Amino acid sequence: MSLSTVEAIAGDLPPEDPAVKGIQGRTPLQLVVARLRTDRVAIISIVVILLIIILAIAAPLIAGITGHGATDANVDTGTDASGQPLPPGSAGYLLGTDNLGRDILVRIAYGARVSLLVGVLATAIATIVGVVVGLFAGYFGGWLDGILARIMDVVLSFPYVLFAIVLVSVFGSSLPLVILVIAFFSFAAIGRIVRGQALSQREKEYVEAAHSLGAGNLRIMFVDILPNLVAPVIVLATLLIPTAIIFEATLSFLGLGVTPPTPSWGNMLSDAEGVGFQAWWFYIFPMLFLLLTTLAFNLLGDAVRDALDPRAERIFAARRKKAA
Amino acid sequence: MPDPAADGDILLGAEDIVKHFPIKEGIFFKHQVGSVKAVDGVSLQVRRGETLGLVGETGCGKSTLARCIMRLFPLTSGHLTFDGADLSTLSRSGMRPYRRGMQMIFQDPYGSLNSRRRVGSIIGDPLAIHHVASGAERRKRVQGLMEVVGLNPEHYNRFPAEFSGGQRQRIGVARALALHPKLIVCDEPVSALDVSIQAQIINLLEDLQGEFGLTYIFIAHDLAVVQHVSDRVAVMYLGKIVEVADVKDLYSTPHHPYTNALLSASVVADPDKARTRDRIILTGDVPSPINPPSGCRFHTRCPKAQPICSTEEPLLKSGVGDPPGHVTACHFPVAEGEKLASEKATILHAVEGFLAEAPT
Amino acid sequence: MTRFLIRRIVFGLITLWVIITLVFVLYYARPGVDPARELAGRAVTPALLENINKEYGFNLPVIVQYWNYLKRLVPIPGQFNLGTSNVNRLPVTTIIAQAVPIDISLAVGSAILWMVLGISVGVLAARRPRSLWDRGATVFVLTGVSMPTFILGLLLLYVLYYLLTIHGIAIFPKPGSWTPFTQNPLEWAHDLLLPWITLALITAATYSRLTRSSLLETLGEDYIRTARAKGLSERRVVYRHGLRSSLTPIVTQFGIDLATVLGGAIITESIFGLPGLGLTVVQAIEVENLPVVIGIVLVASFFVVAANIVVDALYAVLDPRVRVS
Ligand SMILES: Nc1ncnc2c1ncn2[C@@H]1O[C@H](COP(=O)(O)OP(=O)(O)OP(=O)(O)O)[C@@H](O)[C@H]1O
Ligand code: SF4
Ligand SMILES: [Mg+2]
Repeated sequence: MSLSTVEAIAGDLPPEDPAVKGIQGRTPLQLVVARLRTDRVAIISIVVILLIIILAIAAPLIAGITGHGATDANVDTGTDASGQPLPPGSAGYLLGTDNLGRDILVRIAYGARVSLLVGVLATAIATIVGVVVGLFAGYFGGWLDGILARIMDVVLSFPYVLFAIVLVSVFGSSLPLVILVIAFFSFAAIGRIVRGQALSQREKEYVEAAHSLGAGNLRIMFVDILPNLVAPVIVLATLLIPTAIIFEATLSFLGLGVTPPTPSWGNMLSDAEGVGFQAWWFYIFPMLFLLLTTLAFNLLGDAVRDALDPRAERIFAARRKKAA
Repeated sequence: MPDPAADGDILLGAEDIVKHFPIKEGIFFKHQVGSVKAVDGVSLQVRRGETLGLVGETGCGKSTLARCIMRLFPLTSGHLTFDGADLSTLSRSGMRPYRRGMQMIFQDPYGSLNSRRRVGSIIGDPLAIHHVASGAERRKRVQGLMEVVGLNPEHYNRFPAEFSGGQRQRIGVARALALHPKLIVCDEPVSALDVSIQAQIINLLEDLQGEFGLTYIFIAHDLAVVQHVSDRVAVMYLGKIVEVADVKDLYSTPHHPYTNALLSASVVADPDKARTRDRIILTGDVPSPINPPSGCRFHTRCPKAQPICSTEEPLLKSGVGDPPGHVTACHFPVAEGEKLASEKATILHAVEGFLAEAPT
Repeated sequence: MTRFLIRRIVFGLITLWVIITLVFVLYYARPGVDPARELAGRAVTPALLENINKEYGFNLPVIVQYWNYLKRLVPIPGQFNLGTSNVNRLPVTTIIAQAVPIDISLAVGSAILWMVLGISVGVLAARRPRSLWDRGATVFVLTGVSMPTFILGLLLLYVLYYLLTIHGIAIFPKPGSWTPFTQNPLEWAHDLLLPWITLALITAATYSRLTRSSLLETLGEDYIRTARAKGLSERRVVYRHGLRSSLTPIVTQFGIDLATVLGGAIITESIFGLPGLGLTVVQAIEVENLPVVIGIVLVASFFVVAANIVVDALYAVLDPRVRVS
C-alpha cells in the first residue's frame, strides 16, 4: 500500500461551484453541518469518535477506578492460580489481563491517547505542509512546480512502511519521530490535490482582481485562494487521520513505533502475537478499537465529501424532506 | 499620432505598447516557437476626467491592453506613464504604490469576486492591502462605499453568491472606488449583465465620474454603450489601434474601413447616419494573432485593399480637414458619404459573431 | 512519445540518485557516527573494524568515499557490490537473490486477485449507482482502507489457520511455510494462499474506488451515450468504452502497488513468516545488520523507480494526451 490510496478514496473531490442552488449564502462549514445532521452514518461515526476521545481523556480516571496503571504487572490479582492471564469479565478486569497481568482495559484507554495524538498531530502537520507546498507549486508554476510536483509524486509512490522503519531504526523510535515520519509521507497526498486546485484557481478573475489591487503573492495565496480550497482539504485531512493511525499502529506492531511498556494498540497486538492465539482477548480488543476508530474516521470523511459536494444537493434535499 | 502637446493634461500615456505571449515547447529546456501578438504597438493618451472608449472584435487584444495599462504583467516593450510617473518597467512591488491611483472593474461579476470571502472584506481589501484603514474604521469606510454604489450597508457580512449580477458588479465598483483612484479601467463592465441592469450600472459609473472626478477607460462590445459613455473612442483590430476620434466624429464620419464595417453592422443611436449607412461585406476570417498579416493587418478582409496595403503598414495620422484628434491608420481612408460595398445586407460571420457576443 | 519517455527515464535516474545519496548521508556520512562500527553490527572486533575501514575507505575524504560508493552501485559484474551481511558473512546480493523469488510469488498471486476483485466490485458499483450493490461496494472499500494489514493477516490466521486447525480441519499451512514454485507449483500456491488473500483484500479497495469513479465519469460522457443510443448492449458499453478509459488511473496505481510488494511486503511477510525482502529487512534491523538493510532499501527504491517508468510508458500508450504534455 502507498499513500496515493488516500487520493483514490477521496475520489472526485467536490468542485467549487457557488452558483449551485442550495449552497448559496452559506459558508462551507454551515453547509456541511446542516447536511451532516441528516446523515445517519455520519452521526454514528461522530458519536464513535467522540466516545474514543472520551476514553482517551478518561484513561487516568479509568486507571484510578480500577486501581491498575497501564504498565503495572499485577502479579497478585492479574493472573490466575497457575499464572495464566485472566479472560474478560474476570473480577476487577473487565477486558481481562495480558500475559504480564496488565489490565487490558486500561492499556486500551492509554493506547487510544497514542492513536488519536498521532492521528491528529501527524495529519495537522501534513495538512499545513501539504497546503503550503501545494499552494506554492500550483500558484507559482514553472520550475518550482516542476520540482515540487515530482517530489510529491515520488513521495506518494514510495513504500512508506519500509522507509519509515529505516528512519526509525536509524534515529531510534520516539513518538515525535513517528509523528514526523508519518507527516512526511502524508503531506504529498494533500499537497498534490492543493496544487491541482491552486493551478486552476490562479487563472480565476478574482486572483487578477486582487493583483490589480496591489495584493502580494503571499496574500493572494493565503487570503484569496486558500479559502477556496477548504472543501477538498477537509475531506483529505479527515481521510488522512485513519491512515496516520494505521501507520502508527503498524510501526508499533513491528516494534518500531511506541516503545513498550508504554501501551499502543499496535504494540499490544505485537505482544499478543508473541503469546499465541489461545488468549484471543489479547487480540480482539486492540483490533476492535483500532478498526472502530479508523472505520469511523473513514466513514466520516466519506460523508463530509458528500456533504461538501454541491452536486449532491438533490440527495440531501430528498433526505430533508423524508426527515420532515 | 494625436498631438499630446495639444492637451496639457494627460493622465495616462501609452507609447508603442507591445505584449506578446510566448508559445513554448521542449523536453528539458523549453524554447520559444512563436508568440501570440496580443497587443502589438499601441499608443494612446488618456486625458484627465475623460472617458476613453475602446472597441474591437473578440480576441483583438482589448483585455490584454487593459492588463498592460494596469501592469498586471510585464510589458514586452513600450512605455507607460501614469500621472507623470514611468511605470513601464516597475517590478510587482514597485507597482504597488501606483495601484492606489489606478483600479480595474472586471467583466465577470461572478468570477471577479472571491466567492469564499465576505463582501465587506472584499470591498475592504484595497484598504487592507495599502494599510489605509483597519478595524472599525475600515468597516465604516466600506459601509460608506456600499452606500455610495447603492448597496445596503447591512449586507456587509454576506457572501457574493447572495447578490444578483448587477449588485455584484456594484461590489466590484465599490472595491475599485475604495482608494479614490484617478483612473478606472472598465473591461466590459456590463456585457455580462441583463440589458435592464446595464443602464443602472452605466448610470452609476457616470454619476461616480462626476462625483469623484474619475477618468475611465471603457472597454465594450456594444457600440451603442460606448457611444453613450465615451468622450473619445479608440478602435482596435488585431493588436493595433486603427482609429481614434471624438465620439461624435467617429460615429458620424468613420474613416477606417474597419470602423465603417463595425458601425454598419451595428444599430447605433445615430438616427441619421446609421440608417443610411449600408452594411459592408467583410470577407475572410479574423487572422490569427500568432501570424498577423503583413502591412495593414486588415488587408485580408478590407473591401478597399490595394497592393500597397499588404506591404506597407499605415500609421495613425489625421486626414485633411479632420477635426483635431481624429487619427486613422489607413492608406485609403473612407471619405464622408463614400459607399464601401454593395447594398446587400450581408454581413460576414466575423462581424456577425461580434454582434452575437454583444448582449441582446 | 520517445521524448516523453526519455524525460521520465532521466527523471527516474535522478530520483534514484537522490535516494542513493540520502542513504549515503544517512548511514555513512552522518556526523558523530562511526560507519564502520555501524556496519560491523553486534559481533564487533577491532580487526573487523579495521577490515571494514580498509574495504570502504572510511579514512578517505568523504567525497572520495561517496565516489567509491557510487561506483560500487554501478550494475557491472565485478564492480557491483552491496557488501556482506555482518551476521553470516554472505554477500548481500546473495541474500537478496534468495528473498526476491518470494516477493515475486507474492506479487504475482496477490496482484491477480486484487485486480479481479477490485475491478469487478467497482464495475458492479458503477453500473447501478446508489443501489444496494453500490452501497455494498462502499462498505467493502471503506472497510478495506480502514483495515490495517496486520489485523487482517492476524484475523485470517486466527480463523482460517488456528481455529480450523485446532478443530482438526488443517486446510491452511502454518505460518512460515514456503515452497518454491519450481519445486512444486501446487504446494507453492497452497502456502501462499493466505498471504495472497491478505494483500489482495487490503489493496482491492483502492481499485474498486478508482474503477467506480472513472467508470461513472466516462459513462456519463457523450460518446458513451452515443454508443448506447446506437443500440450497443449495456455490457458492451461498459466494457468496451467505459473500462478502457478507466485504465489509466488503474495502471498508475497498479505500478505503485506492484513495486511496493516486490520491494518487500513487510507486514504480510512478518505475519506469515515468509522470508522475502520485507521480513529480511525487519530481521536485519533487529540484529543491526546494516549492510542488508541498506541493500534492501536500495533494491526496493529501484523497483519503485522502475515501476514508475514502466507505468509512464504504459500511460503514454493508453492515453495519447500525455504524450504531448
Ligand atoms: N495569458 C495569455 N497567454 C496567451 N495568449 C493570450 C493570453 N491572454 C490573451 N491571449 C491571446 O491574446 C489575444 C487577445 O486576447 P484578449 O483577451 O486581450 O482579447 P479581447 O479583445 O479582450 O477579447 P474579448 O472581447 O473576448 O474579451 C487572444 O488571441 C488571446 O487568445
Ligand atoms: S490600409 Fe488598405 S487594407 Fe488597411 S484598411 Fe486601409 S485600405 Fe484597407
Ligand atoms: Mg476581453
